[in-house]
Amino acid sequence: MITLFLLGFPLLASLLTLASGNKLASKLALVLSVVQLAITAYAYSIYKQQGAEAFYFFQEWISNPKISIHLGLDGLSLLMVALTNFLTPLIILSAFNRTIERAAGYFSLILLMQFALNGVFMAMDGMLYYIFWELALIPIYFIALRWGGPNRVPVTLKFFIYTLAGSLLMLFGFIMLYWYNPNQSFDIRDLYNASICACKQGWLFWTFFLAFAIKIPIVPFHTWQADTYKEAPTQGTMLLSGIMLKMGTYSLLRWLLPILPAGVAEWGPLAITLCVVGIVYASVIAIMQQDLKKLLAYSSVAHVGLISAGIFALNMQGFQGSVVQMLAHGVNVVGLFFCADIIFNRTNTLNIDSLGGIRNLAPKFNTLFMIVVLGSVALPLTNGFIGEFLLLFGVYEYNTWLSVFAGLTIILGAVYMLRMFQRTMLGNVSENITTFPDLMWNEKIVLGVIAAVIILLGVYPKPVFDIAEPALQLILDKSIVK
Amino acid sequence: MGETTLQAIPQNWYLLLSTFLFCIGVIGVLFRRNAIIILMCVELMLNAVNLLLVSFSAYANNADGQVFVFFIMVVAAAEVAVGLALLVSIYRNVMSTDIDVLSKLKG
Amino acid sequence: MTEQILHDSAFIMPGILIPLLPLIGFLINGLFGKYLPKAAASWLATSAILGSFLCTVYVFMNLNAADSVTIDLFQWIAFSKVNIGFSFLIDPLTVVMLLVITGIGFLIHLYSIGYMHDDEGVTRFFTYLNLFIFFMLLLVMGSNYLVMFIGWEGVGLCSYLLIGFWFKNDAYNNAAKKAFVMNRIGDLGFLLGMFFILFNFGTLEYGAVAEQASKLTPNSMLLVAITLLLFVGAMGKSAQLPLYTWLPDAMAGPTPVSALIHAATMVTAGIYMVVRSNVLFAMAPHTLDVILIVGVATSVFAAVIGLMQNDIKKVLAYSTVSQLGLMFAALGLGAFSSGMFHVVTHAFFKACLFLGSGSVIHALHGEQDIRKMGGLKKLIPITYLTFITASFAISGFPLLSGFFSKDEILAHAFEQNKLVWGILSISSMITAFYMFRLVYLTFFGTFRGTDETKKHIHESPITITLPLIALCILSVFGGILGLPSVFHATHLFATYLSSVTEPSKAFLYEHEAISHSAELMLMAFAGIAAIASIWFAYQKYVTKGEQPADEASLTGLNKWISNKFYVDELYDKAVVKPMLVLSDLFMVVVDKLIIDLSVNAIAWFVGLTGRITRLFQTGNTGFYIFAMVLSMVVLFVIRLLA
Repeated sequence: MITLFLLGFPLLASLLTLASGNKLASKLALVLSVVQLAITAYAYSIYKQQGAEAFYFFQEWISNPKISIHLGLDGLSLLMVALTNFLTPLIILSAFNRTIERAAGYFSLILLMQFALNGVFMAMDGMLYYIFWELALIPIYFIALRWGGPNRVPVTLKFFIYTLAGSLLMLFGFIMLYWYNPNQSFDIRDLYNASICACKQGWLFWTFFLAFAIKIPIVPFHTWQADTYKEAPTQGTMLLSGIMLKMGTYSLLRWLLPILPAGVAEWGPLAITLCVVGIVYASVIAIMQQDLKKLLAYSSVAHVGLISAGIFALNMQGFQGSVVQMLAHGVNVVGLFFCADIIFNRTNTLNIDSLGGIRNLAPKFNTLFMIVVLGSVALPLTNGFIGEFLLLFGVYEYNTWLSVFAGLTIILGAVYMLRMFQRTMLGNVSENITTFPDLMWNEKIVLGVIAAVIILLGVYPKPVFDIAEPALQLILDKSIVK
Repeated sequence: MGETTLQAIPQNWYLLLSTFLFCIGVIGVLFRRNAIIILMCVELMLNAVNLLLVSFSAYANNADGQVFVFFIMVVAAAEVAVGLALLVSIYRNVMSTDIDVLSKLKG
Repeated sequence: MTEQILHDSAFIMPGILIPLLPLIGFLINGLFGKYLPKAAASWLATSAILGSFLCTVYVFMNLNAADSVTIDLFQWIAFSKVNIGFSFLIDPLTVVMLLVITGIGFLIHLYSIGYMHDDEGVTRFFTYLNLFIFFMLLLVMGSNYLVMFIGWEGVGLCSYLLIGFWFKNDAYNNAAKKAFVMNRIGDLGFLLGMFFILFNFGTLEYGAVAEQASKLTPNSMLLVAITLLLFVGAMGKSAQLPLYTWLPDAMAGPTPVSALIHAATMVTAGIYMVVRSNVLFAMAPHTLDVILIVGVATSVFAAVIGLMQNDIKKVLAYSTVSQLGLMFAALGLGAFSSGMFHVVTHAFFKACLFLGSGSVIHALHGEQDIRKMGGLKKLIPITYLTFITASFAISGFPLLSGFFSKDEILAHAFEQNKLVWGILSISSMITAFYMFRLVYLTFFGTFRGTDETKKHIHESPITITLPLIALCILSVFGGILGLPSVFHATHLFATYLSSVTEPSKAFLYEHEAISHSAELMLMAFAGIAAIASIWFAYQKYVTKGEQPADEASLTGLNKWISNKFYVDELYDKAVVKPMLVLSDLFMVVVDKLIIDLSVNAIAWFVGLTGRITRLFQTGNTGFYIFAMVLSMVVLFVIRLLA
């Protein structure tokens, strides 16, 4: 029952918010999303006591083709759901003290997005999962289209069609999986035990991999991203980069590796190479970016590239690292984009060359921004380090030379992040900045919570490892061709 | 079974007649520009088919063909009703029933 | 067994307090600093370090030289496959480093109270300084490589924050960024080294790693790879060729920072790491050879550059690089405790020198160019006396601390390789020369600055002079810790560290110890060489009163030296510029032109199909009907023909 409640509450919240009218919407959305966070915490306590079985939910839906409402919450899903429900209140809170037109629709869409994302992470039936996967695209599309920047129409269209094209391939892949597995169903248990002929796994791999690679995105499928991040409103960018990207990496773990191990064995080396090339490629591009949001977008490509590389390394430390890094990247990137929003809100520009010296005017902002940047450059005792250390170690075990190449990210990451920080925050106050009020209350809370999580997770990540371990072990066992 | 009136005429003639009528209809549809006449030509083609159906029905001693004819007549009536209604509204809009004027939907 | 546990548990409390106190100081100053008066913040930070120092002294008094105590705090990165604890190890090597860090750290904190008194960011300064001490303590206290790595990167961060302390100046910010990035290059090596260790040995705990490693064949590929990678880390942190260029630039930070981070503690982390892994390194003689070559080369190279520098702090910075090279040379010779000994004495006199230079700069209101100094010895006598004493110490003047520690290294070099001994001796002579060039130009002769400045010259306050005097005394008598066997005394330092360095002895090639008479000869030679250099500098700069030539008028080799052999420019051209070009190339050509264009090409192709097919939609009803009839006819014909 808790499963259904956990899944359904955001939908209810979304409807309530829509009905509440523009004035109340933001406050109501915040309260409801905090309630959802509390429900998640309750779910965690149940998980601690009873394990994943407590969340098993199964209901026949369509008999032919056999589709069922099969929900579940193992360690991996729980962490992803927790990330979603932790970030959503922060994302909503970040929109306070900003003027947002048609607020009811805006916040309602954010909550709808939360519903869809929860669904993606909880669905244990292929078709149900696919429905949630596509459903997540709709709110973000409208958020970007109606509340986005000046160039939003073509950019959003490109984003929508690009990701949709990938999803269609995945739909095709799922239909094929349905026919190829002996039980003819979409249920994850049947798919895990399908043992599909290795001859078919090769191309089936690509139908899924392309869909995920576009969503993650892995170079060279990343070109939709920077522009979309730039044009989407801040909350949209946060949703996209903080949570929606994790759909891709999560799905690699949940739906690709265990179902198509032979395909992964065949094409995994190419995939991991793409990931690692992407890390360096995106990092190098990020060095010269002038637009703050674009710079962050490329840094994000580099980070998720490392996450994917760790997943394709097919070992425990790579998996654990990827989970920690998914959480870490989610938190950090939301923090970074919020910092960009704070700067844009006060200066009306995101060009780092016309910024500078903000530290003189806003010391509190400087400190919190610095902590988020440090998390992002993976300084030890921040969450980013735990993830990167394990991911690089995972890649190392896969191939030493690849890890040397991937390891360049710690150097290049420092280069572009510190360059960005120096150009925006340090030096003398730029002529373009007349006033820069320090953080407002909601900004303080959001960045403060994020900074706290960055350090907490970096100092004591063990609970995450413990939650994720059994689920990852299962996936790992299935993913390796014996 | 005795010969009916219809069967008195060799079937080939029916075939020829209905082909002839059908061709008149086709040519009318193709080459006339007036929508009313096109509509009439469409009716002509339908009736050509009706004639054929009836004659086959008679020769084969099978009522199915005639049942079809009734269907076609009903459909044709409905079609004419809708078609003429459309024509009236087109005429009101462009003051003409020339179909070449109606090219606003071109891609 | 119970006794052991009881004995260990006595160290848990002070062991935890040592890093905890600076952390608390950091947190209080960081979170509530703005509510505190400046003086309170600075004294709070200083007393936190004093507390740590006292705890360290307690540990030092109670810990037997053969002991090592492990304090497990909690499991850090721990799941089925990897198990890395957050734990501390206290053994003699740690204690030595702890004493240096907290002891000198305390003196420098004290000094900073006076030095930073007028700066608006005092609280921030002490916050960073406490954070630095905390990370440095983690670095030396960790019981495994990963905890060391926390400290390792943490001190890099603090170095970044403190070099760029005056953040309005973009040159300083660049220096800070450069330091961080160059350190990161080394860190990647360290990280990869850890992967090798973790993968092959399944642990990162020092003891377990050494034990596992000692089962391998010496000089095996694995050991050489591990040690070389770790050494790359050390090269970055300890500013060795070719990753040394950040250290001179790092002088942009406030002087106490230069003394604490960039002379006494952080930069010696590389040496600490090698000594900590002495078993691994001893088993990989190839790596030791590399270290020896890098160390010797750095020592000479930096010393030569030091000859032509005119910024008081830059001279000291190159001197630091050169001395670090000397320490690495010692490690390369397998003389681990000698290297550590030089770390300690160097910490004394180099901290004293830096603080002295700070006092000079303080007196001259920010002037750092020695060409605009001169004749200061009467005006700031305490600074002068301590500075010149420390200069004697670093130059290897007989019986001062630097004399003994250098001599020990030179003796080891003489035993093993006469060429290395020769080069290091020359490097020492150059050191003595440029140090006294600095002393004479600063304190002797007549003042060359403006009269306005001269009027305001005054001796620094007690909080500044007290640490100077303390460090000066240490630099004079520090040598007692390691008297050579010629003097029929025990080498206290080597004995104390023996439990740490002993395991590696088995793998090192035993060289025949030189005879006492030869050792005395060497000492005499070194002493005379140092005195000769000092005398030569005196002749040149005091008797003849020469001044450093203007940079623009230099030619040939001098110009090269003065421009630091154009290494920065080379890096800029060879690495930085290509990287930026590559970045643009990736963005414009690959991203926009190749990838995005092929993505758009697909969209364009779909659009093209649409544009072609729409031509058929003329809107002409007649045409539609004609097309329909025509297609029907065609279909009929096909059907009939088929």
